[in-house]
Amino acid sequence: MTRYIYLIPLTFFVLLVVFLGFGLTRDPREVPSPLINRPAPAFRLAQLHDPTKTFSASDMRGKVWLLNVWASWCASCREEHPVLLELSRSGAIPLYGLDYKDQPEDGIAWLSELGNPYLLSARDRDGRVGIDYGVYGVPETYLIDREGIIRFKQIGPLTPEVLEQKILPLYKELNSQ
Amino acid sequence: MKHAVLTFILLWGVVCCGALAAVAKEAQPAAEDPQLEERLAKLSAELRCLVCQNETLADSRADLAVDLRNQIREQMKAGKSDKEIVAFLTQRYGDFVLYRPPVKPQTYLLWFGPFLLLAFGLLFLFRYVRWRRQSIVEQPLSDDERRRAEELLKMGPGKEPA
Repeated sequence: MTRYIYLIPLTFFVLLVVFLGFGLTRDPREVPSPLINRPAPAFRLAQLHDPTKTFSASDMRGKVWLLNVWASWCASCREEHPVLLELSRSGAIPLYGLDYKDQPEDGIAWLSELGNPYLLSARDRDGRVGIDYGVYGVPETYLIDREGIIRFKQIGPLTPEVLEQKILPLYKELNSQ
Repeated sequence: MKHAVLTFILLWGVVCCGALAAVAKEAQPAAEDPQLEERLAKLSAELRCLVCQNETLADSRADLAVDLRNQIREQMKAGKSDKEIVAFLTQRYGDFVLYRPPVKPQTYLLWFGPFLLLAFGLLFLFRYVRWRRQSIVEQPLSDDERRRAEELLKMGPGKEPA
């Protein structure tokens, strides 16, 4: 016992380092969404460019699609924008937008200035749908499958890496099912 | 003279503060229902603001926190219980919104871990003490040592042996 007693603090130290190492390399801002593998919350909102028409998550049944939550006031959305434009140019995944807590005029102006990657965007002026989707930091992106189940959520700007390594493979898999 | 001026300033300060406090009270939004506001404040103090994660929903000035407080207020007005409102939030944001995590299998370690550590510590302490006690070897004094010890005791405190 005496011989090994010195190993006890060492073990504790190693454990502590492992835990700290684990904790420090994770992003505390990324809160795992409880909505993964749950049905995407239903909504029906006016379309950004044509408020006489509506857009609903249920319109997308039978398709695998991306819902990107954005806003003209959101700085990281600007950073993310080229990635979305590239994605829409490639036509790899149908991309829809949710203009979150934004003035419609501002949203429309923003898209005409920077280019519109979305097939269409919906107006979420008071942010209620955003709350239903657990949005807390725009931009956020949801991959929703044919049955309307959320399969993936990206918090913060989409990067080419996330797109290549996570979203596109998952999309292919969901689409072939 | 100096004293009087100081007293005057102090008094004046007190009066001003009082007036300010009164104004502040008046400036508060005429809460339609103080009871509901109190309930909201109590509940939202238990909830985390997701934007600024170290603040409660009650303290945060983030846009989202304001929206969430409004939603909670609405739901309270609609007669929802605190439990239902918390369920509404955890469905959307997960248990992370709760400052007091629920007791469930995933959080057993969190809740009971400290007690487990305490138990381990006690066990270790107990075994260590027992081991120490066993490893102490009784070494009786020799006759010589005993005599010397008695001498020392007889001399009383504060004196050096010759």
